[in-house]
Amino acid sequence: MEARVEREPARASAPPRGRAIVITSGKGGVGKTTTTANVGAALAALGHKVVLVDADVGLRNLDVVLGLESRVKFHLLDVLEEKATLDEALVRDKRSENLSLLAAAQTREKEDVVTAQMVALMERLRERFEYVLIDCPAGIEMGFKNAIAGADHAIVVCTPEVSAVRDADRVVGLLPNDWRPQLIINRLRPLLVKKGKMLSVDDVNGILRLPLLGVIADEPGVIVATNRGEPLALDAASETGAAYRAIAAKLAGADIAAPSVRVPGTGFFSKLGSLFGGRA
Amino acid sequence: MLDFLKTLFNPPPPPSSTTAKERLRLVLLSDHLSLSPETLAALKADLLAVISRYVEIDSSHADVTFEHRENDVAVLASIPITGVRERTQPPAQATLPLEMSAIDTETHAVQIDAGSESVDTQAMNDTNASENGATSTPVTGVVSAATRRRRRKKAQNLANRSNANAQQLGKPAQA
Repeated sequence: MEARVEREPARASAPPRGRAIVITSGKGGVGKTTTTANVGAALAALGHKVVLVDADVGLRNLDVVLGLESRVKFHLLDVLEEKATLDEALVRDKRSENLSLLAAAQTREKEDVVTAQMVALMERLRERFEYVLIDCPAGIEMGFKNAIAGADHAIVVCTPEVSAVRDADRVVGLLPNDWRPQLIINRLRPLLVKKGKMLSVDDVNGILRLPLLGVIADEPGVIVATNRGEPLALDAASETGAAYRAIAAKLAGADIAAPSVRVPGTGFFSKLGSLFGGRA
Repeated sequence: MLDFLKTLFNPPPPPSSTTAKERLRLVLLSDHLSLSPETLAALKADLLAVISRYVEIDSSHADVTFEHRENDVAVLASIPITGVRERTQPPAQATLPLEMSAIDTETHAVQIDAGSESVDTQAMNDTNASENGATSTPVTGVVSAATRRRRRKKAQNLANRSNANAQQLGKPAQA
């Protein structure tokens, strides 16, 4: 894992700069927002200062997934257009002091964002936070371009479906050449993989060939957590929560072994690589 | 018993994940090929250079495209032949696989199934079919997006090199 401050060598006078990581997928509905919320919450729980930016202008949702919808007073475009200060617009999470949210505008359009202003804002956030996680809108148009403009790294979220893998592949091709995006495979159903009814981790990454950050199982807990507005990453008893925490630790530089997902009903953990590898 | 016999004579279809994997492979192959016009130009120039070693061709009317067919993605080349070269010694690198292996593998845009002769390739030997000079070769390889980005930079160099080759052979350079 590369060091957090990467583009320029550390100078005694220069303040440390956080990483700006865009969570993207191309296809909609694969779990970008849920991933952003959970990885962000897990990073904050590890003690890092984190801000989550909802770049899905017009379709604000990150606030709801985090359970912070009642606290949003100003949004991204208010800050860009200087109708509110950054401090006024940043929503402090109710569970963690380390976690903040910058919500998207709900009644505006993606084209209203000026790319240069977005880049400048991400720079400001990187001075104040260790991690700036940007929840990218679906698609590859203006909203996507604005979301990646101020970032220096990407996490690609993909589900084990033909359409999602195709779109992920397309998005990776649109990211800057010097990035090395990492992959999260979301909504994997181990039992279906075992029966040969779903693409395996190896099937997906055999095509995308990205460094694998983690695998999240498709399980009811994720839906329940979203219903409540409580990130599953903070549920100590949840296996999926543990998977999100492992992703956060890995992102923060921990050397973590291959992710594991339990096959329901079998009662044992298996390394994904060996269990799902080579099964057609 | 009847069920047993049925399964014996009608083996069950492959698992749907296998179908998904195969469909994905083809759709990405098709996506990647349609996305790189520079690579296509380079491939066309190389192809013409090789073919012109054997027969005289009209490269200004040559057409090389990729087509996503039912079960594969293929390179379709339509290259009008204008004359036969005088029968001399065959070139040192006589066969396509040898020629392919001689090329720096890093610059390969596609991986092809050189071993499998498609119907159309065979048809090229047929006098009736050679009128339009159509040939098709199945494309088998997927090049990952990351690799493609690296190669995209090299594609222009390759194109330049190929044009130089074509000019050495007295053929017009490809646009």
